Formats: sequence, C-alpha cells, structure tokens
Amino acid sequence: MSGAEIHMGLTIAQKVLAAKAGLSSAVPGEIVEAYPDLVMSHTATWRSVSVMNKIGATKLFDPERLAIVLDHISPAKSEKNAADQQVSRNFAKKYGVRKFYDVDSGIAHLVLMEAGHVAPGDLIVGTDSHCTIYGSLGALGTGIGYTEVTSVWITGKLWMKVPESIKIVLDGRYASGVYSKDLMLYLIGKLGADGCNYKSVELYGSSVSDLSVSERMTIANLAMEMGVKCAFIPPDERTREYLKARLEDPARYRPVYADPDARYENEITVDISQLEPMVACPHEVENTKPIGEVAGTRIDQAFLGSCANAKYEDLVTAAKILKGHHIHPDVRLIITPGSKKIMLEAMNSGVLQTLIESGGLVTNPGCGACAGDGGMLADGEVCLSTANRNFLGRMGSNKAQIYLSSPATLAASAIHGVISDPREFHTT
Amino acid sequence: MESIIHGRIYKFGDNINSDVIIPGRYLIYIDAERLSQHAFEVLGDSFPAKLRNYQILVAGRNFGCGSAREQASTAIRGLGINAVVASSFSRTFYRNAINDGLPIFECPNLHSAVEEGDDLRIDLAQSLIFHRDHEYSFPRLPDSVRGILETGGLAAYLKAQLVCSPKP
Repeated sequence: MSGAEIHMGLTIAQKVLAAKAGLSSAVPGEIVEAYPDLVMSHTATWRSVSVMNKIGATKLFDPERLAIVLDHISPAKSEKNAADQQVSRNFAKKYGVRKFYDVDSGIAHLVLMEAGHVAPGDLIVGTDSHCTIYGSLGALGTGIGYTEVTSVWITGKLWMKVPESIKIVLDGRYASGVYSKDLMLYLIGKLGADGCNYKSVELYGSSVSDLSVSERMTIANLAMEMGVKCAFIPPDERTREYLKARLEDPARYRPVYADPDARYENEITVDISQLEPMVACPHEVENTKPIGEVAGTRIDQAFLGSCANAKYEDLVTAAKILKGHHIHPDVRLIITPGSKKIMLEAMNSGVLQTLIESGGLVTNPGCGACAGDGGMLADGEVCLSTANRNFLGRMGSNKAQIYLSSPATLAASAIHGVISDPREFHTT
Repeated sequence: MESIIHGRIYKFGDNINSDVIIPGRYLIYIDAERLSQHAFEVLGDSFPAKLRNYQILVAGRNFGCGSAREQASTAIRGLGINAVVASSFSRTFYRNAINDGLPIFECPNLHSAVEEGDDLRIDLAQSLIFHRDHEYSFPRLPDSVRGILETGGLAAYLKAQLVCSPKP
C-alpha cells in the first residue's frame, strides 16, 4: 500500500463525522455512530414528544443539545395547533430545554444562527430538510424525521453514512441584479433535483469570499434542492466576524477545513459573472429558466419569505426596488420576515415602512406561506415566491402554480404584475 | 417484517416529492390511517382510494425528495402499501422509511421493465425481486440499520432497547 493511500486527505464532511463519532478518520460509505452537538425540532416537536411517551422514555441524553423553535404555524391557527404547541412548551419546561424559542421568534434555522447556537465544525440534525443552511457557517447540518429526533434526544447519537463530496468552485462576480438565489436555481436546473443526492458539497473560489453571510445562507439552504446531505462554505474572516458577536463561548469558533489532498467525486466550476436572473417554474425546483423565457407571466401573489430569502439583506434588496413604486393593483405582496431580529432591524432602518408603503402586507416572522400557513392560493392562481420549493399543492390549491425567484426579481414582478427582469431597476 | 413481500404494483415517475406524497396541511396528524386518506391527493382526488388496490409502489429516481416530513412514509404505510422499490431515494425519505418500518428497496433497473398492475415478489433472504421471467438484485441494508427495519421501526427498536438496558 502506498503512502498516499495511508495518508489520504479528508473532506470537511469526513472530518466532522469522524470527530463526532470519536474516530480519527472516516471513509465515504462507512456508517458511523455520531453524536450531534445540536438537535433541532420545530413545529414537529410535539410529534417527537409523543414518540417519547409511546416508548416510555423519561430521560434526555443532554438537554443542552436540544433546540426547539415553534416556526411553521405561528401563532396557532387552530385548537389542534394550540394543543400541540402547548405540548412542546411543557416539554421544554419539564426537561429544562434552555434553547426554546416560541412563536414570536421566527424560522428555526435563522433564529439558531442569530442566537449563536451554530459554530463551525458542529454536527446539527433537525426535523427540517433545510438544516443544510448551517453549512453557511461551516457546520454539518442535515434533516431527519421526528422519530429519529426522539432517538437522538434519548441516546444522544444516530447512524450516519459518510458521504462522498463534490467540490463547486465559483469564479467571478455576480452581474448587477443577480444573486445567490439565481446561482442556486441555475445549479439545481443544471444538476437536477438529485444531482447531489446523498453527497456533501463544498464551495470554494474567490467569489465565495466576496459573498456576505446572508448570501452564503441562501446557497447552503438551496443546496438541499439538489439532494445534498450537507453543504459547506469553509469559514473565513466574514464567518468569524458574523460569529464574534454571537457565539456564547468564543472558544467554540473552531473551523474545520478539508485537507489539500482531500478526494472529491466531482468538481464543478461556475463563472458566476455569466449568470442572469433565474426563475424556477411549476412544479419542480429543477425546472429553471432564465428570466427572459418567463418574463410576462401574470402573477396574483408575491411572497417574500422563507429560510432561503427572508433575511435582512433580502428585505433591503426588495425595498430598494420597491421604494417610490406601488405594486400592481392585481397583486398581493406578502412579506414574512425570517425572524424577529430581522423584523426589528427592518423596522428600525425604515425598510418595513418602504415595503408597507409600496402595498406590501407584512406578517409576523416565521415560515408563513412557504409552508402553507397563510397566503394560500386559490384555483388557477399564480404565486411568485422567494422560497425554496414550488411543489404542486404546497401553497394551497392543487390547481395553483408557484414560481421561485430572488427577492429582486420578486420586487420587480410585484410592481409590474407579471414576472419581470429586475435589472431594469439597477442603474449601475 | 415478512421475508417475502408480494403484491400488485402501482408505478410512479421520477422526483416524486414528499409534498405530493402528503401535503403540508395534513402534517398536524401522525396517524397512518388518517394520513393515508390524503396520500397523493394532489395528483387527483381519487388517488388515495385508488392506491389501496395496490400493495407495492415502484418509482423512478429520487423518490421522496424535498421536505424531511416523516409522515410521507407513514401515509404510504397507511394505504396498505407493503414496500416501495425505486431507482433511487432521497436521503431523508430513505432514513424516514427505515425508521417508520416501511420496507424500501433500491433497484435502478426495475422501473423501466414494469407496468402498473404487474405482480412483483420481493425475496428479502435472497435480496432478489422477481418480475415476470426476470429477477433483479438489490443491495442489502447495512446490518446496523436492518435491525431497525426488522423490529418494525425506530420507535419499537428504541423501546426494545430501553426495556433491555439496565436502569442507571
């Protein structure tokens, strides 16, 4: 056996999973028993509690590793929701779960990152496929079901297969009016909904270091729609700066990087300066088209929300375009800030005022219309959304259509009442 | 878990996502029978009733993609479906099915060969699927994971472990 084989370099996913399983190394395909740093449960928490009751367990592995955020249906809209939320609250109190965030807080992923519960190199599992977003800070985040959450609550661990890794290198800078949402819609269209199924994706390139943490969150979030198990943007100065003010314990900032000789199954390079605004058409995210091919499509509703694109920067992008304009009279513009902190920041800076004055309806923070909570669609209606999914029936009627775009494309389209190229509003 | 699964198949295409399997508005339920009344209803109101005439689902690539909702698997079980055979599964559905006690098999070559209503026999001991005159092999689940499925799912598996393990 050659020395190169013995000292094979490791990818980020290999390193994180090996560390959390107490191993010095782990190879793709290997199944390890890993101990997550954090297990997140959202509105599904009551289901995990019911499993715990069913199996008769009464002890948690470590309450400090639990985080609960009531985000999908907030506040309760039925007696059933209210009772389910009550179960979650009572559980958090009974077991001393300190990282408990109630219906006022916002979307779990954004809330946990804002609160400093996510650090580079962490392993985080949760009842939501978009846990991949934690990779924007260099953590391994991935979704699991509610029964498995119960299992991790009790045993502290779960089996995980070590994934193969794919390297994506981004060169260049976005043209004006083009954002990370457009990049991801382009990539999902190119690679397909299962283009990276069960893989870990690592993003590199000079373009990545230019990107704000908010834009990185959009990338890691949307990576899920290519089927990834996890996605990583290796931590840099921007990551450190973002976490400096947030991490409870600064010693938790311990970035994990891939070895220079790490093995990748595939390497993809994208010149992002060539990208144009992209739109995902009904009813699959991979059904993407450049804006020119769908411009002019009538819309009834525009939804600015979700863990993909309802961060403060996203609201600012939309507000810059909407300022001085009024949305089309046949369009409802629903704005659901990603978190309470984002909403407060947008209130203090005047962004909320601009959005409201332009004809927008601002709701409480949370998942909102993305998960079908408010903002439902009627038969034949068309919605343009900044969310991450446009699946049939996801926002109400099975006879409605959902398109996905960046916040900029959404704002331009809300003004015109049809899907519109945002670049007309960018003067640079 | 039975060692032979036998039944008529219903055939789906690629990328059947978990919102199609069970829409988000029904996630307030976890009961298999109740969920199954709405399984695949976005494809047509008659779907939940129609699918009860079949015992095995055969699908193309990336079955169960999208949301990590465990109820996607539970709703399928509630229909009386005993197994899902797909060219590939999304990782969240794959985990959830095992944890939920729904047998799943990855078999890339089967999909193009079958038609709706065909009979299928899955032999777990031999890791073989029998269709007409042909047989197809599928990879065995890792031993560490098979125990969960064979016990009927993760909740039952955990309960069994809790009973066996000594009190701290």
